[in-house]
Amino acid sequence: MTVSAPVVSDIASGSRRLWALRERSLGWLEELLPTLAAILISLLLFGVFVALAGQSPLAVYAEMYRGAFGTWFSIQNSLLRAAPLMLTGLCTALPARLGMIIIGGEGALVVGGLAAGAVTIPLHGAPPAVVIPAMMLASMLAGGLWIGAAGALKILRGVNETISSLLLAYIGIALFNHLVEGPLRDPASLNKPSTPDIGEANMLGNLPGMDVHWGLAFGVVMCLVCHLLMEHSVFGFAARMVGGNPRAARLSGLGVPRLVILTCCIAGAAAGLAGMVEVAAIHGKANASLLAGYGYAGILVAFLANHSALGILPVAVLLGGISASGGLLQRTFGLPDAAVNVLQGILFVVLLGSQTYRGRVKLRRSPR
Amino acid sequence: MSDPTVTLGLWGVPLAILGGALRVSAPFLFVSLGECITEKSGRVNLGLEGTLVMGAMSGYGASLWSGSPWVGVAVAGAVGAAFGALHGWLCGRPKVNDIAVGIAMMLFGIGLAFFLGKPLIQPTAPRLPALSLGFFSDIPQVRSALQVNALFLAGVVLAPCLRWGLLRTRWGLILRTVGESAEAARAMGYDVNRVRLWATVAGGVLAGIGGSFLSLFYPGSYNEGLSSGQGLMAVALVIFARWDPVRCLYASLLFGGATALGPALQSVGVTSGYYLFNATPYALTLGIMILSSSAKRTSVDLPAELIAQR
Repeated sequence: MTVSAPVVSDIASGSRRLWALRERSLGWLEELLPTLAAILISLLLFGVFVALAGQSPLAVYAEMYRGAFGTWFSIQNSLLRAAPLMLTGLCTALPARLGMIIIGGEGALVVGGLAAGAVTIPLHGAPPAVVIPAMMLASMLAGGLWIGAAGALKILRGVNETISSLLLAYIGIALFNHLVEGPLRDPASLNKPSTPDIGEANMLGNLPGMDVHWGLAFGVVMCLVCHLLMEHSVFGFAARMVGGNPRAARLSGLGVPRLVILTCCIAGAAAGLAGMVEVAAIHGKANASLLAGYGYAGILVAFLANHSALGILPVAVLLGGISASGGLLQRTFGLPDAAVNVLQGILFVVLLGSQTYRGRVKLRRSPR
Repeated sequence: MSDPTVTLGLWGVPLAILGGALRVSAPFLFVSLGECITEKSGRVNLGLEGTLVMGAMSGYGASLWSGSPWVGVAVAGAVGAAFGALHGWLCGRPKVNDIAVGIAMMLFGIGLAFFLGKPLIQPTAPRLPALSLGFFSDIPQVRSALQVNALFLAGVVLAPCLRWGLLRTRWGLILRTVGESAEAARAMGYDVNRVRLWATVAGGVLAGIGGSFLSLFYPGSYNEGLSSGQGLMAVALVIFARWDPVRCLYASLLFGGATALGPALQSVGVTSGYYLFNATPYALTLGIMILSSSAKRTSVDLPAELIAQR
């Protein structure tokens, strides 16, 4: 009796494919385990904290889940908050691939939102098909300029990008306050100084079938595009090479300055777009409501996602959920709204502590 | 409220800036001295902004609870030590990035202070007493501008002491050795991580005390907008001061004056660019960083271990 040769090879290649799949998923799990463990440990620590504050941790967690993902309404609320987090997360994640720590996303968001609000003033009466792209473009230009400046200062003068990006954020916020209180102020906005209303027609509508605006689509598309850019393009390959070994990158003839500044511009453009989304989908004008801390939370998003553009998607939804549940915690348990910030802070600290175990978790048998 | 313009005219502006420099510079001074110690050991703690806010909150709370502002200062220092210890311990583990941990500690500290500080926004705690250095003058504006605080004077004395300590004592030498070459320090038998841990703790203590100054002397109450990046600017200031405690003192006075510019101009009726003037200290920091950095070479005063890790 003979078994025909092709069948044997089919079985062999099938099992080999299965083996490869197993290897790959175990590899992923090895990467993910420290992060998952960090999330679990921080939830435990936050539980202790909540218990010290006199509340039952289990009840608080149950309520948080309800407020974040428990109902269709809360899921939509979480997604609403995830949209800007995806974009501000990119602002830290992209430069991090080149070995730079940028923390000024809040500034890029604010100037982006301001530019989006301001550009509608001269375009008054133009059709939405003109105004909305103009708002997107203006916000991305402004945000790109802001973070691009931090990148350029790094290249030209060796200025520490972490500090300069945060200083630029403070300067951007001061400029924002100056313009919104002064030259760009809508005289009709009495209690809360704002730029003039962008007009109902120019607002970003909701995605079909849900109460979530198009900003979510912007965030998802930007993350996907940045993923392709960083992982599957020559540009991304060069950028990651700069992050791995700047000297080698320079020696192999890569234009490091161009790569750094361009990446910072793209990162800033993403955060600027987040400002436009907030203005054009939620507030309808640029005012102090833009300063909601999305820029700072984006730093945590990027680190939790290990600076992967694709990883930002689930992390932003998770953190959006945590932030959405903040109000409920305040109403139900009387916990200050800063409880969410405490949880985020614990999460961030524990996550960085867990980096020490990165690469030390072994699920696969090491090759002989 | 006293208005310097009444008798002094435009002279009120430099006077208000001087007064502001004396009042506002203390948090800059304490945080930058603390960061100076930490960076001399070869590590950066970007989280001192969080420590500053935690110090302000805990100092205010302790002063309120005990009735003595000096207890508040002590508690703020202790809280700062705890934050420094956490940072130092985490960064002592392999593969943990000190800059990133600093950012995390900043967000954690601010969040925790906002959470715990909610009940402290309303009540009034006993404040630190002021010393009048303007006794020679009859002009009330001069007198009020020269109201300084004992804590600030302590900082002024601490700066040269610290410089002397770093240069001339055994501890200072060990600290600088660890910061210049961890290899050499290890070869001499010193535990590099332990030295850095203590340097970060010391930095945390000073930053915490600086925070208590914010809530217990000037502005002298607790609210969530108390610190707007002073802790972070102080870290940048250390680079500008080239890791020298005495130059940290001068730089702090300069920054204090810059922070007082907006309110000083407002007091003489220049209100149009009020929000822009608020950006002065940030723009000044950035400008100084641009001028004092270079893409080609690193400052000779930079602790060598800070380059080695990058």
